[in-house]
Amino acid sequence: MDLLQTIVAHYNHWIIIFLMVSGLYIVVARGNMIKKLVGLGLFQTSVYLLYLSPGKILGGTPPILSPQFSVYSNPLPHVLILTAIVVGVATLALGLALVVRINEAFGTIEEDEIFAGEEDE
Amino acid sequence: MVLLTLLAAITIGIVRLRNLFAVVVLGGIYSFLMASVMIVLDAVDVAMTEASVGAGISTVLMLGVLSLTKTQETEPVHTPLLPVFVAVATGAVLVFGTFALPPFGAADTPVNLHVAPYYLENSIRDTLVPNVVTSVLASYRGFDTLGEVVVVFTAGIAVLMLLKGKRDIKPGPKRRRVHR
Repeated sequence: MDLLQTIVAHYNHWIIIFLMVSGLYIVVARGNMIKKLVGLGLFQTSVYLLYLSPGKILGGTPPILSPQFSVYSNPLPHVLILTAIVVGVATLALGLALVVRINEAFGTIEEDEIFAGEEDE
Repeated sequence: MVLLTLLAAITIGIVRLRNLFAVVVLGGIYSFLMASVMIVLDAVDVAMTEASVGAGISTVLMLGVLSLTKTQETEPVHTPLLPVFVAVATGAVLVFGTFALPPFGAADTPVNLHVAPYYLENSIRDTLVPNVVTSVLASYRGFDTLGEVVVVFTAGIAVLMLLKGKRDIKPGPKRRRVHR
């Protein structure tokens, strides 16, 4: 019973950590630049969840004030994450533009092929 | 909990697949699931933004880039042992850290006791906006949001420079200059 309670209390943290770690793994292990950007996105969204889940209060409602409710979830993480999502898509667009330029300059988006091509020159 | 498990399953798919097209589409599904989780976490504004920006614009941008490049990832030349070790070690340390965190959904945590109640109590009096997220974003922290717009603007300029600048650098018969 104790074990079950621990699992329920921390399940969200563990899933967040799993998402974060798989994003990290993709960024480090995969040479394909688009895959790397997807991995970066995974890492980013896991941080969104990490911020949002402590702000949730069981039995609370979304922080839109109304006389019918008295318990609201914490609005501050929501504000931070709204900003983070928009900045995230800006960095993603910049990264994808860089990928397009790299593809034009080197003819490939694989890291290993780019390094091999540079050594040949 | 079910949604979180589904998220984890999709993540495994994203890690394992080599077809980039499938990876990008799975990324869109991932974003929609993420938006559902955010609704469960009472973050309705964030969920709407994630569904439109994360699942919409990001996926479209990715697909656009895929149409300009290749859609298949090559087999890796290195063994992934070191990255696996780094990832597992980081994960283990983080999981160890979670046991000191308060349980999910508790109301009496430090996060929920210090600054947030001020906004919940005074938002109506200060700004007349019932949605506290909106009042903090646009009124209390309006300058931060202005800074965010500047960031997006800068990124837009940088993308335009990267994609437009190539025509002037590239040599060859296809070279064109646009005079206005």
